[in-house]
Amino acid sequence: MIVFVLKRLGSAVLTVALSSLLVFFAVQALPGDVAVQVLGRDATPEAVAALREQLHLNQPAWTRYLSWIGSALHGDLGTSLVSGNAVAANLGLHLRNTLLIAVVTVVVAITSSLVLGVVAGLHRDRWPDTVISWLSLVGMSVPEFVVATLLVLIFSVTVPILPAVVLDGPNASVAELLPAIWLPAAALGVVMAAYIVRMARTSVIDVMASEFVTTATLKGLTRWRVVTRHALPSALLPTLNVIALNVAWLVGGVVVVESVFNYPGLGKLMLESVYDRDLPMLQAIALVSAAIYVVCNLAADLAAMALDPKLRTGRRTATR
Amino acid sequence: MIRWLPRSIAARLGLAIVVLHIGLALAAPLLAPYSPVRNDAGHALLGPSWSYWAGTDQYGRDVLSRVLYGGRYALAVSFAATFCTVVIGTVIGALAAFRGGWPDNVAMRVLDAVLSVPPILALLVIVTVFGTGAGVIVLAVTVVYAPAVVRVVRAAAQGVVTADYVTAARARGERTCPILAREVLPNILDVVFVEFAMRASWVVLLISSLSFLGFGVNPPAPDWGLMVAENRTAITVVPWGSLAPILALATLVVGLNVAADGLSKAWGVDRIRTGAP
Repeated sequence: MIVFVLKRLGSAVLTVALSSLLVFFAVQALPGDVAVQVLGRDATPEAVAALREQLHLNQPAWTRYLSWIGSALHGDLGTSLVSGNAVAANLGLHLRNTLLIAVVTVVVAITSSLVLGVVAGLHRDRWPDTVISWLSLVGMSVPEFVVATLLVLIFSVTVPILPAVVLDGPNASVAELLPAIWLPAAALGVVMAAYIVRMARTSVIDVMASEFVTTATLKGLTRWRVVTRHALPSALLPTLNVIALNVAWLVGGVVVVESVFNYPGLGKLMLESVYDRDLPMLQAIALVSAAIYVVCNLAADLAAMALDPKLRTGRRTATR
Repeated sequence: MIRWLPRSIAARLGLAIVVLHIGLALAAPLLAPYSPVRNDAGHALLGPSWSYWAGTDQYGRDVLSRVLYGGRYALAVSFAATFCTVVIGTVIGALAAFRGGWPDNVAMRVLDAVLSVPPILALLVIVTVFGTGAGVIVLAVTVVYAPAVVRVVRAAAQGVVTADYVTAARARGERTCPILAREVLPNILDVVFVEFAMRASWVVLLISSLSFLGFGVNPPAPDWGLMVAENRTAITVVPWGSLAPILALATLVVGLNVAADGLSKAWGVDRIRTGAP
């Protein structure tokens, strides 16, 4: 078991290292001289040369990658080309704001979608299942910007109780941002919940048809006990992976939603850095996103291992 | 294994919706009552009426005509992008499963790394560098989504490459390409088709999101995502300016999803397990 955990940790570290390579060299491949872009086309050759020196652009890419990753490990992600401030501080601030939304989304969406999925699975092909299945189908068929627009129409225009756009900057305190997080969280939650509901429903149906559930029922246990003690623990196992994928997806999903609500989070920072071609910032955002993705998947795998006795031996069951 | 058009109501319904959308987009010049791009300041911001079924937007352009034309870009680019994604993903996935060993391991590690970068971030970077042309978007979507297809196809092909008929083909001394094309591919075609329908729904969503953010067609041209972005601010005055493209987009993706569900159920392909946006 410890071998399995170590192997899994090793592969997670390897994935982050590989994606950092990928991110770094993809960003380096962007055409155009960074120094010229920062200073503008009218810059004197001396100024460009000085900036190239300052950004270490004269060194080979490998040296720059190693020094970038080396200082990233010490928490120094470089200097923004636009503001001239440290990337890490700015990124941290936006990441905190996005985490505010993410925590609300994850807690509310996961609990409600698990309940809905289990209810649908237990009432297979009867009306609760039909209603929930169609709702989740619609939920996964509309893009986030549509959900966000409709939410604004309902909660900011028709019944004006929540703000449609956020006017605070990234430095706003948590209390100032608190009224602004509900609509973005709801928009993300709808899309995310749709997938989890479907997965939970399918695996509940699978498990309820299995022999050990039939045995438990024939033993004379009440339906409540059969469901909560025997069926649910194994039904929720395959759902863990979908949850992890969705939590990792949040990092990308926030781009659109934060742009709709003008929310000062990671997604808006991403868009701004793309517009401004702020390469150190983009590299840092990509690295942090990749790390979040890998950590989510790692957490799901370890949780699955803790829950599933079969996985504890280190032999993985076939996925298809 | 593949029976063309399985006897599944869901699959047929979904495919019918998608075909209807393709038909409407192709017939847009015949059906649209007005030009989708001509401004008409005298008729700006009108509600639905007999002459403008879905009203007009802030420049006096007919919303219905724009919605009809708007499907062309979304459908064409999404189809091309999905096609490239699935073809490339299938080739790499089948090859990885067939070869196994260290090439397979290396490919999987690299794909893991690609998958860990959020699709939208990768797309935004590619689009800022190479522009927002349709070709660039097709290429970008392929780069971003092919790894996920590779994983699914590889898993499916792994169940096939150990079969006796593949071993027999190897023993006959056939080369990799014919074996993959004649022995492996026909047996994973169901997975590939379901993957196509499912991937298409995500691609449509992704491309409309890019359009909404301003990285799609250039403004006077009609597109659903762009229309929502343009008409969102006037949603209290002319709600149909936003609702009409939303409905068009949602019905197309519902159609694709219903088709994918129906096909996977009819062919017994486990589709939901790979589910994530």
